[in-house]
Amino acid sequence: MSVVFDNLDVFLEGMRRTLELSVLSFAIAMVLGTIVAGFRVSPVPPLRWAGTTYVELVRNTPLLVLMFIMVFGFPSIGLTYSYYVSAIIVLSAYTGTFVSETVRSGINAVSTGQAEAARAIGLTFPQTLSLVVMPQALRTVVAPLGGIFIALLKNSSLAVAINVPELTSAAEDIGTATASFIPAYLGAAAAYLMLTVPSGFAVAWIERKVAIKR
Amino acid sequence: MTAPFLGDALGPRGRRTTRIVSVLSALVIAGFVAVAISRLGDRGQLDESRWEPFTDPSVQRFLLEGLRATVEVAVVSMIGAIVIGALMALARLSRTPPVRWLATTYVEFFRGVPLILLIFFSAFGLPSYGVDLSVFWYLALGLIIYNGAVLGEIFRAGILSLDRGQSEAAYSLGLTYWQSMLLVVIPQAARRMIPAIVSQLVTLLKDTSLGAAIGYFELLRRARVTGEFYVNPLQALFVAAVMYIIVNFALSRLARWLEVRQRRRFGAGSISVTGVEDLAVVGAQAQAAMGGAGGTAT
Repeated sequence: MSVVFDNLDVFLEGMRRTLELSVLSFAIAMVLGTIVAGFRVSPVPPLRWAGTTYVELVRNTPLLVLMFIMVFGFPSIGLTYSYYVSAIIVLSAYTGTFVSETVRSGINAVSTGQAEAARAIGLTFPQTLSLVVMPQALRTVVAPLGGIFIALLKNSSLAVAINVPELTSAAEDIGTATASFIPAYLGAAAAYLMLTVPSGFAVAWIERKVAIKR
Repeated sequence: MTAPFLGDALGPRGRRTTRIVSVLSALVIAGFVAVAISRLGDRGQLDESRWEPFTDPSVQRFLLEGLRATVEVAVVSMIGAIVIGALMALARLSRTPPVRWLATTYVEFFRGVPLILLIFFSAFGLPSYGVDLSVFWYLALGLIIYNGAVLGEIFRAGILSLDRGQSEAAYSLGLTYWQSMLLVVIPQAARRMIPAIVSQLVTLLKDTSLGAAIGYFELLRRARVTGEFYVNPLQALFVAAVMYIIVNFALSRLARWLEVRQRRRFGAGSISVTGVEDLAVVGAQAQAAMGGAGGTAT
């Protein structure tokens, strides 16, 4: 196990990068997913179709395929980004589909009376959605969104396949350098648990904070 | 008309606004598509020569073989994961504390760790301990261990979602714990879990693509090889993505259809799976369903 303790700084740096990658991607995915969820419940057919097409296509493609398309496919149409930016774009786009589905289920859980009342006092659709429905919808889906963030923490490990330094690549580097893979992977597993388990507690705390007492 | 969610039908002004916004947004979307297509065209990505390899039967066979390898490892892993998951669910519900603790540790540990780490562990770590398997089994092992933990939670949620009255009735008829489990609880719980299992199969099928990272010759790996050989990576990955989407879309639809059917039959008891990637969601839903069921039942 000395492999882990000798390389503690490498693991900590890996954890920091994994966290950074996940938090940035999650922030973008939240914005994207919420907008797409709005599209999918709007009365405007082209927006609904566009939202559905995006969600169904991206959600059913493996994340690694999306990463490879971004890194190996897109340069041939002149879209070349650094590996780090590519990873963030792909992780956000992929996670955005799950956020969208979750937020949409939250919107459907808000009683229709709320929207009807909003319309009765003259609010437009965007106003109804953003001022009345969305604030209630987002509160009800804090736990599932937290689950998505934890899944994203784990999914960010696929960035290792496109050469983005993070926790999994840190473990690989240490394993290769010291020729002892098992301790290195166990160290990384422990580091991931140190990220995912507290995230679970944080989500539970936020959920309690934003709950509406009826 | 499929009513959009927000309450009753729109009035004349709302309909007019909707029409205007529809036309505008359709134009914007069409603009995006046009820019994308012209960009592809300008760079010669739509040229026949780039797509021609995929009309060659040997290339088609090469990729379909990859799809077969993907499905093969997915099916084998799914069977293994269902066995592990069932054992874990029963162990977590066991009345013997140490058994419960062991299963809880297994589930919590493997759920919290990225799958690719487990696959690297089995492919690069195990050989140094003298374990010598084919790359198929290294991949399958990682998938089984991970999905065993995930399915364990789904199964447990399914069993717990069943009304307590069922097992209480079984006990009062004189059935033992195992008899009530096997004859009364599991047959009912299993039916509720089928949609969740199918949707986990979609996730597992997508995850088999990680095999490409350890050299298992499945669909993604073969698409990469094809793309490098014919110098058309974009087209090759596109074809692979379409193949994945067709299979996964069909499975997702099946899961949704099963869930809707389930809802009709059993009411709120079934566990919702649509749009769910992580198990925490299923767990939360199961808890909510249990709370709801408890509220109405008593």
